[in-house]
Amino acid sequence: MLKRVHFGPSALPFLLVAPQIIITLVFFIWPASHALYQSLLIQDAFGLSTEFVWFENFEVLFEDDQYLGAFERTITFSILVATSSMGFSLILAAMADRVIKGSMAYRTFLIWPYAVAPVVAGALWVFMLDPTLGILTYGLSALGYEWNHKLNGAEAMGLVVIASAWKQVAYNFLFFLAAMQSIPKSLIEAAAIDGAGPIRRFWTIIFPLISPTTFFLLVVNVVYAFFDTFGIIHAVTQGGPANSTEILVYKVYNDGFVGLDLGSSAAQSVILMIIVIGLTVIQFKYIEKKVEY
Amino acid sequence: MSYSKKLVATAVFAAFASSATVALATTEVQWWHAMGGTNGERVNKLASDFNATQSDYKVVPVYKGNYTETMTAAVAAFRANEQPHIVQVFEVGTATMMAAKGAVYPVEQVMKDAGEPFDKSIYLPAVISYYQTPAGELLSMPFNSSTPVLWYNKDAFKKAGVASVPKTWDDMKSASEKLVAAGYKCGFSFGWQSWVMIENYSSWHNMSMGTKENGFAGTDTEFTFNNDKTKARLQQIADWSKDKLFTYGGRRGDSLSMYTNGECGMWMNSSAYYGSIKKQAKFEFGQAMLPLDTAVASKPQNSIIGGATLWVLRGHDKEEYKGVAKFMSYLSSSAVQAWWHQETGYVPITTPAYELSKKQGFYKSNPGTDIAIQQLSLNTPTPNSKGLRFGNFVQIRDVLNEEMEAIWAGKKTAAEGLDDAAERGNKLLRKFERANK
Repeated sequence: MLKRVHFGPSALPFLLVAPQIIITLVFFIWPASHALYQSLLIQDAFGLSTEFVWFENFEVLFEDDQYLGAFERTITFSILVATSSMGFSLILAAMADRVIKGSMAYRTFLIWPYAVAPVVAGALWVFMLDPTLGILTYGLSALGYEWNHKLNGAEAMGLVVIASAWKQVAYNFLFFLAAMQSIPKSLIEAAAIDGAGPIRRFWTIIFPLISPTTFFLLVVNVVYAFFDTFGIIHAVTQGGPANSTEILVYKVYNDGFVGLDLGSSAAQSVILMIIVIGLTVIQFKYIEKKVEY
Repeated sequence: MSYSKKLVATAVFAAFASSATVALATTEVQWWHAMGGTNGERVNKLASDFNATQSDYKVVPVYKGNYTETMTAAVAAFRANEQPHIVQVFEVGTATMMAAKGAVYPVEQVMKDAGEPFDKSIYLPAVISYYQTPAGELLSMPFNSSTPVLWYNKDAFKKAGVASVPKTWDDMKSASEKLVAAGYKCGFSFGWQSWVMIENYSSWHNMSMGTKENGFAGTDTEFTFNNDKTKARLQQIADWSKDKLFTYGGRRGDSLSMYTNGECGMWMNSSAYYGSIKKQAKFEFGQAMLPLDTAVASKPQNSIIGGATLWVLRGHDKEEYKGVAKFMSYLSSSAVQAWWHQETGYVPITTPAYELSKKQGFYKSNPGTDIAIQQLSLNTPTPNSKGLRFGNFVQIRDVLNEEMEAIWAGKKTAAEGLDDAAERGNKLLRKFERANK
């Protein structure tokens, strides 16, 4: 009762949230609804003839081996990217956590790659591993291995995974390090007094205690691998050879912007939209409840 | 509205109209193109030279990224009613543009409506046939056209003891064997593989790539490139790659460096690489006609072009299209064409421009630069060799790239790869047919 008396009806709260609502409507809801509508159409490039086909674009997609292949590939790709970048940054963070002298310099260097744009990151790796000009290829051929990611799909996949994971290491490192530093020193010191070595302390104390961060990073990394790796793939392989690095988000671009097949491209982005919604729901449900602190 | 008010309104309107014509003394013509780097500068020079010849029209060239980006930009602009007057579209986009009847203004019609003289007979048949309707109307103005040729390394040939330039695929084999025996990493490679090894391989041997005159006679076309002859050719090349006679070097022009740094003695790709090769190669190089498959044909037909043309989009004022027509006439004049041809390595689009280059002694001082024109005008184009008109061809080329990569990697036999490519390609053709009813 008291609350109502103190805060009578006022336009102010509506005014305060209005900018956010308008931005959401204009930049998210409107384009998303447009994509939804477009996904139900078969249309020529110039938009001169349009046929409303209900869910045919979706049906065609799920009967298309190429699309299902891209689905599988995206899952493999995101698992590889998430595990390798998180694993690597976990090791680095554990090391950095123990460094006392020069820790600032060490951390700064590790954070640097995050400032590199995806396309630039891709270009770096392209130059190093170019089948004819690359310095790493040269080294590999000295060891008797002929690297040619323009022909070998597994090598191409390896290359985009390395480039994508490398780019994400800095981000993961920051979060892991922050999580480790927030663990009370007394816990670790008590374990040390009890005679637990650094590895034992890591697995029995640090690793369980940073599990909320790990789970958060897992979701972030999967989303990153699903969507933000476009720039890297575009710069490195453009989906080739023989489709072996064409993940879902790249196929959306390829079918829509290169092939001008807007209906199918829109249907694919709607599917991606559903995946993101799913991932977000999982994140909210589990990160708060299921992960043990 | 009273009579006097009406009069005032008319007067005001007239005043506005006359001031408007003063303000529009130079009518702007927007030209979206995809030529970056040096060629972009040449495009700017073309426009500024044209602007200097007269004061009524001003052509404004705008670089819109690569071919795909430029086409997508024009399509998006058209949908938003902001389209340019002229847009440069690559040859594989032809069917998409042509099907958009309400969006494109056929060049021949533009010329006629503007009262601009236009003599179609001076254009090279193999160049314009690609862009004509079955009835013979020219839809877009050829701008930068090239055709694949065989580039070879004269120094490597000398070192390996290859006496004459390969004329047939059997010659390709023996020359490659000699090159590899002499220590070269590979015999030959090629780029733009769908264009070189499927599209041009078919036209060069007068075989169809698809039914309905390669799609010219209707969108209900189906692919025929998965024939035994093409399968046999690709299979043999795949087998050769085990002995390094052939090495695959990626899509588009990615394999250029393998040729220019001397790894591969021969390279099949566009004649328009002349400038890059001249700059990068540290050896004596030459260009020759594509090899003939003696098992398929006894003599070559003609090769087909690649590159881009200028399409005129509808939705502007009549006066502005007059400027477009004037600019098109300027572009195809002999002096401009000869300059463009000699600077870029693209083929001239008219016979007078070719003759002019000959007279200027260009081919004498740059031997081999006329191979492309000779290849294109070897014979009168047949329905198999006048060009291609397949919808969704951008994606179909990707399908071909993917399947051919699978063949080179040994994941599929040539027969499997080409059959799969035809099946996937046909699906895309049906989709296009349906969207463009």
